[in-house]
Amino acid sequence: MKTHILSALILMASTPAFACESTSIGALSVVGPWSRATIGAGRPAVFYVAITNGGASDDALVAISTPAASMPMLHETTVTDGVASMPHAMSIPLPAGQTVQLAPGGYHGMLMGLTAALTEGETFPITLTFEVAGDVTVNVAVLSLRAEGPDCGTDGQ
Amino acid sequence: MQLRTLQKILWAVASFATLAFGTWQFSQDRGPSVGEQAPFRPTFALPDAEGQLRTQADFEGKHLLVFFGFTNCPDVCPTTLAEVAQVMDDLSAQAANVQSLFISVDPVRDRALGLAEFTGAFHPSILGLAGDDTQTRAAADSFYIHYERQDDTTAPDGYSMSHSPALYLVGPDGDWLRQFSYGTPAAEILADLRSRL
Repeated sequence: MKTHILSALILMASTPAFACESTSIGALSVVGPWSRATIGAGRPAVFYVAITNGGASDDALVAISTPAASMPMLHETTVTDGVASMPHAMSIPLPAGQTVQLAPGGYHGMLMGLTAALTEGETFPITLTFEVAGDVTVNVAVLSLRAEGPDCGTDGQ
Repeated sequence: MQLRTLQKILWAVASFATLAFGTWQFSQDRGPSVGEQAPFRPTFALPDAEGQLRTQADFEGKHLLVFFGFTNCPDVCPTTLAEVAQVMDDLSAQAANVQSLFISVDPVRDRALGLAEFTGAFHPSILGLAGDDTQTRAAADSFYIHYERQDDTTAPDGYSMSHSPALYLVGPDGDWLRQFSYGTPAAEILADLRSRL
């Protein structure tokens, strides 16, 4: 695992190391929280992360909160009959033994009411609330507006 | 009562037509050759950020890469525009033969938020267009794409927009060539474009 991350870091010299942060709470690992730089503070920002449930029982991500935005919400992009919509997700299931991605085109956090524009290279804290495991705060790396995600070797790039 | 029945029939017809188009568009996604079955030429007349009216005729001789979206969209739209930006960068000199367009399906709010600022942040060559409701609907219809305002208390201003998330390719003579479904990697779009330029 360590060599994996290390080699990914060496390969992706342009990817900031903080984008590959991994934090554990109980049986859950929260890996590579990232966002995209925003154009001003008037439009919502996004929040992506990979969560692995290494435990034997299911959990769920039920809320996110951050000082960076007054109204952070969980959403899911769905494409039905060729039309994309973005319904609110009450909670994101984290089945035992599985990794769930909040990633472009699927589950994501939508950060509305930004307190300030997100600038590439900075980080901001976000608290994830899990149904079973409780709360954990991680640092979200702000990547470029054009980023498709950090290359941590673990987030399904 | 009579009207209700008529309405029901009309809705049924409309639903069927939508489904038919959806299925047809899906089949178009298989590749450019299928497009030959039913050639059509999308049209639009929409103002750019400066208010200048742009139509498909302005871009004759160029390939058009067209995306319908809205600037308040945090996931699908930035992801797709980032891909378009990558394609435009990678085309280098050939980029002169391709015009990428971002057509707003949420024109009033997008104008207020800043249309050029949004498209320019991805790539200076992406041209943003935002018309009124009639112009926008006409453009969407001519591409056979769907968009709809959806009330959503968990979205900014209490609404979001659902929309067809694909990228559409129009040829230098105005013919619709194909669509790239959402998530098509930039490299694939680039390879397809290069084979045509």
